[in-house]
Amino acid sequence: MPDTLKSYSGKLEKLAADQGLDYFPVKFELVPSNFMMEVAVYGLPVRMPHWSFGVRYIHQLVQHRMGHSHLFEVVFPGNPGRAFMSDTNSLAENTLVTAHVLGHADFSKNNLLFHNSQEQVGFHFVEQAASHAHNISDALDIYGQARVETVLDAALALEQYIDIHMGLHRPLFPDYEKPREEQEPSPFFKRFDALADEKPQKARRRTGSKTPIPPHPETDLLWFIAHYGPELEGWERDIFLSVRQESFYFYPVFACQIMNEGWACLWHTTLLREADFLPNDLFLDAMKTHSDVVRPFAGDRQIALSLNPYHLGFAIWNNIIQEMGMNKAREIMRQDDDFGFIRNYLTEDLANELNLFQYKQIRKGECEVVEQNLDTLKEGILTDKFNFGAPSIHVKSILSDGTLSLYHDHKIDNRGLDLVRTEKVLSYIHSVWRRPVKLQTVNDRGHAITCSA
Amino acid sequence: MNDQQTGSKGDHNEIGWYGLFSRGAKDWLRHNEKVREAVKHHLPEIISDMNMHGDSSQRTVRVPVRFLEHYRFALQKEKQGQGVGQGDTKPGNILRTGESSQGRGEKGKGEGTGFGEGSPEFLIELKVDDIIDWFWEELNLPNLKAKTGSVKDDEYTREGWNKQGVRARLDRRRTLKEAVKRRAVQTDGPAFINEDLRYRQLVKHQRPTTQAVVFAMLDVSSSMTEHDRKLAKSFFFWALQGLRRQYGQIETVFIAHTISAWEFSEEDFFQVRAQGGTIASVAFNKATEIIDERFTPDNYNIYLFYASDGENFPQDRYPAMECLEKLSSIANFIGYLETSPEGLSLMGPITGTNQIFRHLIEKGRAVGAFPLRVQDDVWQAIRGFFQRQASIEEDR
Repeated sequence: MPDTLKSYSGKLEKLAADQGLDYFPVKFELVPSNFMMEVAVYGLPVRMPHWSFGVRYIHQLVQHRMGHSHLFEVVFPGNPGRAFMSDTNSLAENTLVTAHVLGHADFSKNNLLFHNSQEQVGFHFVEQAASHAHNISDALDIYGQARVETVLDAALALEQYIDIHMGLHRPLFPDYEKPREEQEPSPFFKRFDALADEKPQKARRRTGSKTPIPPHPETDLLWFIAHYGPELEGWERDIFLSVRQESFYFYPVFACQIMNEGWACLWHTTLLREADFLPNDLFLDAMKTHSDVVRPFAGDRQIALSLNPYHLGFAIWNNIIQEMGMNKAREIMRQDDDFGFIRNYLTEDLANELNLFQYKQIRKGECEVVEQNLDTLKEGILTDKFNFGAPSIHVKSILSDGTLSLYHDHKIDNRGLDLVRTEKVLSYIHSVWRRPVKLQTVNDRGHAITCSA
Repeated sequence: MNDQQTGSKGDHNEIGWYGLFSRGAKDWLRHNEKVREAVKHHLPEIISDMNMHGDSSQRTVRVPVRFLEHYRFALQKEKQGQGVGQGDTKPGNILRTGESSQGRGEKGKGEGTGFGEGSPEFLIELKVDDIIDWFWEELNLPNLKAKTGSVKDDEYTREGWNKQGVRARLDRRRTLKEAVKRRAVQTDGPAFINEDLRYRQLVKHQRPTTQAVVFAMLDVSSSMTEHDRKLAKSFFFWALQGLRRQYGQIETVFIAHTISAWEFSEEDFFQVRAQGGTIASVAFNKATEIIDERFTPDNYNIYLFYASDGENFPQDRYPAMECLEKLSSIANFIGYLETSPEGLSLMGPITGTNQIFRHLIEKGRAVGAFPLRVQDDVWQAIRGFFQRQASIEEDR
């Protein structure tokens, strides 16, 4: 890092501490822009190889060459946190980026979802992911490209299917159900039973019997296949669990994107405003970069059909601070994710001020703006954020012949699956499950339909 | 709190560990490899759509392919997509979405994993030789050995170095090396001395000949349709490519005929159009003439392919038969391709020309007859030709 930037970043950190930001130390690195691109594509500085990353890389490269995308920075939460900045950034840009990164670091140390995830995956995940990659390249040497790729095809195709609530480390299902009398009602059921007009829950199954596998619909497909795949080899299970662990690491980033980016933008503006040590022209350049990034529209357009999370998050945080003060804002930052953030703090006034609108597609290439309704607007923003944006699929049962029976909950998603893709994914799963795999969903007319591989 | 400063010490003069690998490019190459594998498995379909027959000297072809998609579960496309946008507009306004709204100068959101991807087309360049190799694998065709002729070729090849030689064959690099070696020992020797000079040496080798000549003969009478010609052309191309795998040197002769026969260049050959009936023997005679003039069977492996719809003049039956018998005694193989309209059953009446070839096959000559109605028949014919040729070779 050049000396000037080094001195700025030292001063910015001091300012941040004065402003009450609380974060683990951050290691900054200036790296070539092609490395930035790789990090963005893989999601981690060192990650397992897979051909699908190659496709994304080329897309990114084309975007970059056409000047559509400029990656300023990539941050990885942890202790220490790691931040990569492009060495093609100007000094002004990197000053802004440093302040931005400090905002992210504050967020990822204090936000509950991030905190829980970090507790589970550990605070040195970047290194851990590198060791996953290392193990996989060992596996490539031992088992060959074809076999390793088969496992990665399946595992990465299911990378969204984890159960964040059950946690990373969870025990296998018990072989036998505990007799009822030994079973303490869970805290949730205790509270539930205490509600007015609720009778105590009765045992749903006979007790002491063999547990069906899974005993309840299981949404953590990666975990389930890793542990209950009838013929999965040890190294194959390791690959599944590595992918799963990475998903646990990515989840908070995904589920808090609007909040997190908004928070970082809030702090880069605040810190830079306070930074009286910056030369005027540098400050102006940095602010120009800020307004390029935190704006709703692309290019000269006046209307955007998708929201810029930087802009939206930034606007909501500013509104919160204005109306409720910084302490309340920090409380929200600690406790919420995007779902709570949007549902609770995107107000009618703010939505109007930001000119948010809903539209529906009427024919190819044409959309119609529809009547406003704050609640549907909020759900419209959040609709792609549930479960990593993946369809709701769970394991229903293992049949007596070993068939893995999956179920797509079309009622939650409001429609069935894309059948072509479904069959392909089922065939990926089949090649590691090694017994038949079937999945129930509905077709485009809403009739139940079973795909299999 | 100033951990970043220790972390970035010496950033200026040290190549970062990240400079040492390029995963993106590697995985991209792996993707392309997979595309090639996929192409390989659908080769016959892809090739029949490719217009690569025109110029066989071009050694690569470009095939449009889609990016491979790593599939994930996805919901059905909604009939009416919905979304949330931002901007000054009113309910009821119609917005055009022709251009992507996602191309904004987005700040790096490298924390995410970017689920989901599109699948636009790109061109991959394939070597014709690679295609042929895959094709041979795919059709499970035998790799034939070149048959050696009786006459040996003399050939000069480079072999080793000599201290004497003509100036033109002075190997400067080698000479310089010698000088360097010498000066490593002599502390102040001259830059070059005669002892340093090295000349490339040529040695005369005798090599068995591996030449071949391929005759492509086409009936261009009025009964041959465009479709017929296309199939014939396709077969000639692939047969020629296949033979190129066996022989170092291949010459080609193109003969078109109606009631008389002419020799053409490759470019003109497939453009030829003529009126009139069919007398097959004139083509066979023309081929015999050319062989006598230019290609002595001792020196050449001779392959003849004849494509026709089989409607030969009945009076020509015996002249044609006689001529073919003679040819089949000197040629390695004669292939007959009978073209017929797509819908026509193979069980139809046997044409005159076909009868002649069947007669020769029964006599155990190195001859084959293949029907061509659709593109797929071309592959069958190619397979049939090379397999038959292999079995004939084994018999010999």
